[in-house]
Amino acid sequence: MGLDITWAVDWVRRSAQVISEHRVELITLDREIGDGDHGENMDRGFQAVLPKLDDLAAGSTPGDVLKLVATTLISTVGGAAGPLYGTAYLKAAAAAGGAVSLDGPAISAILTAARDGVVARGKAESGDKTMIDAWTPAVDAAAAAATAGTDAAGVFAAAADAAEAGAVATEPLVARKGRASYLGERSAGHRDPGAESSALLLRAAADTAAAAAGA
Amino acid sequence: MSVKKIINDPKRVVDESVAGFGLAHADLVRVELDPIHVVRADAPIAGKVGIVSGGGSGHEPLHAGYVGFGMLDAAVPGAVFTSPTPDPILAATKAVDSGSGVLHIVKNYTGDVLNFETAADLAAADGIDVRSVIINDDVAVKDSLYTAGRRGVAGTVLVEKIAGAAAERGNSLDEVADVAERVNANARSMGLALTPCVVPHAGEPSFTLAEDEIEIGIGIHGEPGRERIGLEPADRLVDRLLAPILEDLPYERGERALLFVNGMGGTPQVELYVAYRRAAEVLEEHGIEITRSLVGNYITALEMQGMSITLLKLDDEMVELWDAPVQTAALRWGR
Repeated sequence: MGLDITWAVDWVRRSAQVISEHRVELITLDREIGDGDHGENMDRGFQAVLPKLDDLAAGSTPGDVLKLVATTLISTVGGAAGPLYGTAYLKAAAAAGGAVSLDGPAISAILTAARDGVVARGKAESGDKTMIDAWTPAVDAAAAAATAGTDAAGVFAAAADAAEAGAVATEPLVARKGRASYLGERSAGHRDPGAESSALLLRAAADTAAAAAGA
Repeated sequence: MSVKKIINDPKRVVDESVAGFGLAHADLVRVELDPIHVVRADAPIAGKVGIVSGGGSGHEPLHAGYVGFGMLDAAVPGAVFTSPTPDPILAATKAVDSGSGVLHIVKNYTGDVLNFETAADLAAADGIDVRSVIINDDVAVKDSLYTAGRRGVAGTVLVEKIAGAAAERGNSLDEVADVAERVNANARSMGLALTPCVVPHAGEPSFTLAEDEIEIGIGIHGEPGRERIGLEPADRLVDRLLAPILEDLPYERGERALLFVNGMGGTPQVELYVAYRRAAEVLEEHGIEITRSLVGNYITALEMQGMSITLLKLDDEMVELWDAPVQTAALRWGR
């Protein structure tokens, strides 16, 4: 079954909760190889989205929710994460279009569009120790799952598993983009905070999608 | 570790500080709090190119301290050590545009570049002519495919002063941008930290250094650069900062330079002048003529102890623009 507006709103609420719960963890990861603001900035952004969910017009689509998240993150997060996540949600919204319900292939297309948007904006490649190292495995896993005929919740579950593995796999990498790149070899041995927050958001999507499928 | 700070709510530090700045310098600036930006009191000025800079807070007096006659038209303070979002950058750009175009001076940090880029796109969509100059004067970082490129550090202050003077005398947007590019291309900086700094909302140091350890090649957030070493005498530290600067941009004997010794916020002037003394001595040995100087805490990392050295190779026009009158909260001469 497809994922609708109720799921989209649930996902955003769950995202805000998860980011808030992991705020300190993300700050700590970022302090080790960056500037220590990632948890604070993401928390500020998602908390700013919450009150706006109540103002969504009747008949809004999942795409409208994604666009709302995009514009709010762009205008509240700052740093590199604001424009990068903002772009991801904006491209996802465009890919979702006006669809009322999103099936497995639609979810795969949305994740691909989001990842491509981040790459275009941030110019990072796989292995640079950035959020792309969570996103690209997630996109690949989602595409494979969708091709195999998995439903939307299953596609998100595959994406979340791959993103989590991708985030863990950033630990030995030497950063080549973003502030961690200034550390050179010393950036190895730490998980990338952007990859970690990406994995958290995709897990929130998978959990809420599973709940929607079970409902 | 508990850290004492003169703050109320950590989340309100920037808002309250900028509000105070506006009250203290009402003759020079007006402050908008939503979205937050600081604008020269008499902006927009007919026929003059507007200059906007901005970035994370915590580097004061950068950037708001340089808003005023002969320097910036607007400053956009982000959260502490976090780039501002596009909204306030766009608002500041609109506020200073007189129809002659706006120059964005952006330090080369990924977040700053992305947010200013987005704001410039939005401003262009509104019909404003925007040019951007990315400052990347920090020699501690290798400029290669393997990093986000050299960081914009203390050279930013020199670019803002000199480009500001060019705009004030009525140069066109392209001319002002070209001067800014030229200053950036001729400025080289390198910094060091003796202690870490504490971001108000984090409450603990952003990195740790052992009692006798220092970090060489820091950026303006104390983020690491080249290496950690034991503390050494001032002369030796100055030599460590100057060597890569001179290696990166060699000088002919007799060439002129501006020597800028900058404190990171927690280092007293008395130590900065100890460093200046040695730097002047070394540069004299190289036959470099120091014709202009700047010493003090002009671009900082909160309460961090440390310093940076910047050397700017001067030409006649840069000297003339450096000497031109300026009237801002943090830099003032000639009027």
